[in-house]
Amino acid sequence: MGETPHRSADAGTGGHTVTSSHQWPAGASARVAETPVSGRTPGGDGLGGGGGLPRRQAFGTERAFRGLTLAAGALVLVIIVAIAAFLIAKAVPALQANSESFWTYEGWFPNDNPPKFGIAALAFGTVLTAALALLMAVPVALGIALFLSHYAPRRLGNALGFLIDLLAAVPSVVFGLWGRDYLVGPVTDLSVWLNTYFGWIPIFGGDGPYGNSILLGSLVLAIMALPIITSLTREVFLQTPTANEEAALALGATRWEMIRTAVLPYGRPGVIAAVMLGLGRALGETIALALTLGSTYAISFNILESGGNTIAANIANRFAEANDTGRGALIASGLVLFAITLLVNIAARAIIYRRREFTESAA
Amino acid sequence: MAKRIDASNVTAYYGAFKAIEDINLTVEPKTVTALIGPSGCGKSTFLRSINRMHEVLPGARVEGSLTIDGQDIYDRDVDVTAVRRMIGMVFQRPNPFPTMSIFDNVVAGLRLNGVKKKSVLAESAEKALRSANLWDEVKDRLGKPGAGLSGGQQQRLCIARTIAVEPQVVLMDEPCSALDPISTLAIEDLMFQLKDKFTIIIVTHNMQQAARVSDRTAFFSIEKTGDPGRLIEYDNTQKIFSNPSVKKTEDYITGRFG
Repeated sequence: MGETPHRSADAGTGGHTVTSSHQWPAGASARVAETPVSGRTPGGDGLGGGGGLPRRQAFGTERAFRGLTLAAGALVLVIIVAIAAFLIAKAVPALQANSESFWTYEGWFPNDNPPKFGIAALAFGTVLTAALALLMAVPVALGIALFLSHYAPRRLGNALGFLIDLLAAVPSVVFGLWGRDYLVGPVTDLSVWLNTYFGWIPIFGGDGPYGNSILLGSLVLAIMALPIITSLTREVFLQTPTANEEAALALGATRWEMIRTAVLPYGRPGVIAAVMLGLGRALGETIALALTLGSTYAISFNILESGGNTIAANIANRFAEANDTGRGALIASGLVLFAITLLVNIAARAIIYRRREFTESAA
Repeated sequence: MAKRIDASNVTAYYGAFKAIEDINLTVEPKTVTALIGPSGCGKSTFLRSINRMHEVLPGARVEGSLTIDGQDIYDRDVDVTAVRRMIGMVFQRPNPFPTMSIFDNVVAGLRLNGVKKKSVLAESAEKALRSANLWDEVKDRLGKPGAGLSGGQQQRLCIARTIAVEPQVVLMDEPCSALDPISTLAIEDLMFQLKDKFTIIIVTHNMQQAARVSDRTAFFSIEKTGDPGRLIEYDNTQKIFSNPSVKKTEDYITGRFG
């Protein structure tokens, strides 16, 4: 080999790639190609063969499947419209009979004559308990998810992940009973302690009684929302491309810095979606809050004193005793809950949409 | 800036599997060293053990000694993040952070090092992008996502990100294998320029590339699947490609096996 190094290298690789790519694939592809050729008869209609093109099938599986999916999609719309129509039709007469302002009155006496009821305190309580629950659940859930996905040994992570999923399967009435009969004790003690030392902060003020408070309700809610948020964010964090994690590590990032640089930004839309699902559960939760909250109809930021109420819990508590107007009033409150949930979802979409340029190119 | 690397008896494992065994080689400062060899021969494993990225995988570990200017990078007291700052790495597939802009990608390493001052970041970003021959193409859209660039631009962005932290050594793991010939040429030109400041080690499957860009070439190989990879021959690139002293090397570069 007396050539210059560059040319000999060229010759070497050239020969290498040419031979290796021709021995196998070329022969193989030739053999594959032969089969249809020999099977093709003049005028026949072999696969991709001669003769005229076959007519398009009028009713093939393609069309049938298309129709099925279209019907499934349309069904969603039909159901939503039907629900909305039902709610509005039932709510309007009750709202017309209401002798107080539906938006501002703090109280719920739709069975009286004249009926008096207002959504203000209920809507406020719904949003407050859900917000507090998320405030407590999200940091813990993200912590657990990061631990399971990036710190724990894989086996431990999978085992704990399974436990978390199990927690999500516990019926809400069990959480409610547990909150009412057991958790209420420690929460009362905590409330007294908070009131003694931090009573000067309005939310921890008041003179009691403590126990069946917003704090208890939102704690139970937080525990219920925790597994959903944890297991979804864990999935999201696990999907971070290894290439991005390695890029951060190779720049000299510690594990936490790697998580901040690669994992959290990548998972952001997923985390928002998970939080929104948790919020959805918190806003709509019925029986657990009906069992733990004090069921009052006043707007108060005090989270320690017995009291608090939410739209869903109120429906559960008051439905049995309601007359026609009462049921209409409860349905009207359900409409408001529907609207709140819708607004929350739109807000979440907006947050994700704002960063679409970056998230889309990530996919 | 550039530093000398000494590997002696480096052996690396993935769990119970021994991927490379007893690698001994010395890389001089401000040179380009190419690691070549058939797939699975441990070139990338060896490369990743130089900046301690090998141990990131669960169960992976390295034995033997690897020193940079005499300092053992596997010493118990050495901070692994400091090693990786000193020895940067460019990966096979361009991997800019998808959620970050071009600018944020380039300065990601600096931010990790605690640099916050905007003027310093801007200056370093421009310098790194100019060194990576990317500045003219992206200077008007630094705020756009890094993942929106073409493959070749993304890889140069990753090189800019790596050299922005001013490492001593730059490791490149098949940096051009996902790129078209023109982008490959751009990156090879870049390696010539970077050689003035950094020690570069590159893994490549493309032997013309090894012949074009490197000063020294190390040929790795394995006896059969499941055996650990070994260093067969390490010499000046010109010697390896014109008159290799081991028969196996000659067989490989002339295409008789591999």
